[in-house]
Amino acid sequence: MIKTNKNTPKNIILSLENVSISYGTFEAVRNVFCTFKKGNITSLIGPSGCGKSTVLRSLNRMNDLIPNCSLKGTVLFDGTNIYDKRVDPVEVRRRIGMVFQQPNPFPKSIYENIAFGARINGFTGIMDELVESSLRKAALWDECKDKLNDSGYSLSGGQQQRLCIARTIAIEPEIILMDEPCSALDPISTLKIEETMHELKKNYTIIIVTHNMQQALRVSDMTAFFNAIEYEDGDGGKVGYLAEFNSTKKIFNSPKEKTTQEYISGKFG
Amino acid sequence: MNSLYYQKRLSRNIGDKFFTSLSVICALIAILPLIFLVTYILYKGGSQITPELFTLEPNPPGDDLDAGGINPALIGTLIITTIASIIAIPVGVGGGIYLAEYSKGGAFTRFIRFGVNVLAGVPSIIAGVFIYALIVSTKILFGSMYSGLAGGMALSILMLPTVIKTTDEGLKLVPNELRYASLGVGASMYTTILKVTLPSAFRSIATGVVLGIARAAGETAPLIFTALFSYYYITGFGDLFYEMGSLAVLIYNFALEPYDAQNKLAWAASFILVLSILSVNIFSRILAAFTEKTKRV
Repeated sequence: MIKTNKNTPKNIILSLENVSISYGTFEAVRNVFCTFKKGNITSLIGPSGCGKSTVLRSLNRMNDLIPNCSLKGTVLFDGTNIYDKRVDPVEVRRRIGMVFQQPNPFPKSIYENIAFGARINGFTGIMDELVESSLRKAALWDECKDKLNDSGYSLSGGQQQRLCIARTIAIEPEIILMDEPCSALDPISTLKIEETMHELKKNYTIIIVTHNMQQALRVSDMTAFFNAIEYEDGDGGKVGYLAEFNSTKKIFNSPKEKTTQEYISGKFG
Repeated sequence: MNSLYYQKRLSRNIGDKFFTSLSVICALIAILPLIFLVTYILYKGGSQITPELFTLEPNPPGDDLDAGGINPALIGTLIITTIASIIAIPVGVGGGIYLAEYSKGGAFTRFIRFGVNVLAGVPSIIAGVFIYALIVSTKILFGSMYSGLAGGMALSILMLPTVIKTTDEGLKLVPNELRYASLGVGASMYTTILKVTLPSAFRSIATGVVLGIARAAGETAPLIFTALFSYYYITGFGDLFYEMGSLAVLIYNFALEPYDAQNKLAWAASFILVLSILSVNIFSRILAAFTEKTKRV
């Protein structure tokens, strides 16, 4: 155990403390304070360029893969700052899984898509059972139980995305990050994924970035509204910040900030 | 008001016709050497092909009218190219993996990419002289001088840039989403490369390797300095440390002989060499076409 913060309340699984993220000299998002509760679905919403995807990717150190990306501040997960020098990002990603914007199944069979992650994580149980239960949790089992050996690419876009969710569930993460998982999908597939998320809520904490405010309203318990403001020095560049963070009901019914009100009513964004 | 109909006499239309025909003629001229070369070698060499060609040793020039066969040279070319592949493929693929997957595009990476490009442009004779100075003249390989092993090393220098470049390019074509997918389920970098990215790029890398082999197999200059030539059958493992014949050097030696029998043997060897390089190239094309089709499994 590297650094344990005893003050963290038990139901807080992940917290951001004064986090600023930059790409080279360009600051994408500044001074974010935010906490995520266990078993909740939290949506991150906001206009383009406000840094919500950047924040999401920072939660399981996916930003490490982007050259020049640097983070200041603390991201506490399980009492540990995941940006501590001694932390292994591979271990972080095993416990905090991620579903991406574009469905990205491996060029392997449906079965192998799910078995891959489990196998490299040293899974010793019965693989067939794990594949079935993961597919069931992702609400994909009935559609593909007869063609587990077909390529993952043979599925439709929405099914591929649910396969990606099943693949993430298979490694039993504690948190699932979703980066606009439905933006490339049709409304029916979107609904199915949202139903899946409601099911998953029982066992997992979910953090989702979405451009679709109705989706945020439908699926999430908490909502974080990010916005972008121009720098004080006024050179035209914008930096993202967390404008308002509250329960989804409050954000959509009685937001405290004027910009939140304007964004959710579609005045900008 | 100008008519909308096409007018032949308009200067821009005449100019257009002229340049179209000019480029067609240039294209034809460019392909002519290949057509003539292949037909001439097929004609001259094809008539010399006999079963004995593949089984006999070549006879030293001047003894009699029968020149013998090209068996040692054929086997020698196979062995030397195999040695070159054994050296160049792991090093080249490994280097390509570093460039495409691990490097962050800093000064060191730019230096390696530049170095690989320079190496690709090094004249093949220089590779031969280099190995001559390093291995042959120093007798560093268990006291042997000219040897098949040294020949393989010289050819591996020529293969290396092709293999590194195609690995680098092939891996860069693998979409980043696939890497993220693998890293996102908690795979380490090396598992991701071994299990996901390399298999996805396998066929394009294989194509590059095959092209590299085809290039190396036809080289003469580096072998003159390293493997030299041998008239005798390759009988065992120990022959690796002695002079070894190859098709390219056999052609070089025998084409310059004043005897007709040896000249004919050189033609026959040319025929075999061109045919095998051509078929290897066609094989790589098929491999590449196969890649295109199966990109989306």
